[in-house]
Amino acid sequence: MIGSGPAYSGSIPPVPAGRRSRLLPAPEDRRGILIASLSTLVVFGVLGYLILSSPGWPRVQQSFFDPEVFAESWPRITRAFWVNVQLFLIAEVLVLVLGLLIAVLRSLPGAVFAPVRLLATAYVDLFRALPGILVISVLGFGVPALRIEGMPRDEFFWALVALTLLYSAYVSEVYRAGIDSIHPSQAAAARSLGLSQLQSMRFVVVPQAVRRVIPPLLNDFIGLQKDTALVSVLGVVEIFRAAQIRQAATFNSTPYVITAIIFLALTIPMARLVDWLVARQHRRASAGAR
Amino acid sequence: MTTISREALRIEGLHKSYGRLPVLQGIDLSVAEHEVVCLIGASGSGKSTLLRCINLLEPIDAGRIRVGGEDITARGVDVDRVRRRIGIVFQAFNLFPHLRVLENVTLAPRRVLGQSRAEAEDAATTLLRRFGLEDKRHDYPDRLSGGQQQRVAIVRALAMAPDLLLLDEVTSALDPELIAEVLDLVRELARGGMTMVIATHEMGFARDVADRICFLDGGRILEEGPPATLLTKPREPRTQQFLQRVVAAGRL
Repeated sequence: MIGSGPAYSGSIPPVPAGRRSRLLPAPEDRRGILIASLSTLVVFGVLGYLILSSPGWPRVQQSFFDPEVFAESWPRITRAFWVNVQLFLIAEVLVLVLGLLIAVLRSLPGAVFAPVRLLATAYVDLFRALPGILVISVLGFGVPALRIEGMPRDEFFWALVALTLLYSAYVSEVYRAGIDSIHPSQAAAARSLGLSQLQSMRFVVVPQAVRRVIPPLLNDFIGLQKDTALVSVLGVVEIFRAAQIRQAATFNSTPYVITAIIFLALTIPMARLVDWLVARQHRRASAGAR
Repeated sequence: MTTISREALRIEGLHKSYGRLPVLQGIDLSVAEHEVVCLIGASGSGKSTLLRCINLLEPIDAGRIRVGGEDITARGVDVDRVRRRIGIVFQAFNLFPHLRVLENVTLAPRRVLGQSRAEAEDAATTLLRRFGLEDKRHDYPDRLSGGQQQRVAIVRALAMAPDLLLLDEVTSALDPELIAEVLDLVRELARGGMTMVIATHEMGFARDVADRICFLDGGRILEEGPPATLLTKPREPRTQQFLQRVVAAGRL
């Protein structure tokens, strides 16, 4: 009897495909949602109760969730966050350009480009190996101390340079993976039409590669946004430095919690966006394969 | 010195190996202007490699290739300039998936020949109309059938107005019912006087379209001649054997 048709043992009739309401979940799904909601509520309720009723809670609350300190520190910290926003927005644009440039240089075939490939590889190796805080310190403290005529001495400027150099190395690797994922026959088709090596990269390979690497690229941007807090070592009053100042003034850790909340609010939506983009790519890939 | 025979392509003593595996072992071939030459032979006999060598997509080990009298294998030759004169169409179409049909066709005329967008699009639209693809020009390649994609690939090569067109098993990746539309297009090009070198498994097509057929075996041109002679009265035992298999497979 194998393959002669499905045998139903339950009383629920099969739902014909495509006839489900898009607004209301099907009955069996509805039951699932109900169970999930209830169990979530119970688990979180119990956890919440355990935390709030523990003997140490009042002290934790006082130290991390002081409403007065919160209200007082919020405006100053959010204002300082604007520095981080400027840092990562400008750095992201620069990183997109520099990272792509390095990736393309590293992907150029042929003996002529050997020194270019070597330089690009050395760059990536160097800046991926060094701790971010070290690069920021060397550039932010070291270079202005040289007192070279015409060299900027502004900490913000050097922080921006350091973050751009660091993240261009990571992002160039993401781009390179994308470039390598484009089948050589695409480049061959471009070259056979008379396009030069660089034209083939610019018009055929890179546009396809960039589309593929947008999700991992956004992941690196999440890292960059968080690492703007490292700039505080230079004395730039960005969000983390502002929180430290407030903490020192109030002897209370609530300013750090504010900082955490702001980073969470920035990063979590971006992480969900990445998830959504990845899922969409999968759907398209499987639809394209038919 | 004047060119008497108006030779489009001349290959002398071409050798090519991948590592230690010899693929082409002394190819001599001459193709006159407006001539259509079909390359037949088993998979691995070197047909595709020969075409890729002519388009300088593969470096060669020894020998010489001349196109329109110019040695394109000489040192210091500008390969991009050479490739402008030689079109190649691949088995797997290799259309650019991120570009619409019209952009696929106009990319090289615009970027390589420096045509304006309007100029290139006019020319491309004329070509697409001629081959029944005008209504597809704003579609992306993945919206097209295999046969349509391959016709677009041929139009893309034609848009560069090449002196010589190389077709590398252009119907091998197609469903049987889509093969005819592509072969019809190639037949029309042959009637129009396009100089072509065609690697193919379609013997019936080769018989119709070719002025001359070359049978490749083990990286050499074992036998060549007009279709009527080569396909019906092959001289070499290897050619006879190959054609018997083709007939047995129902492809002639």
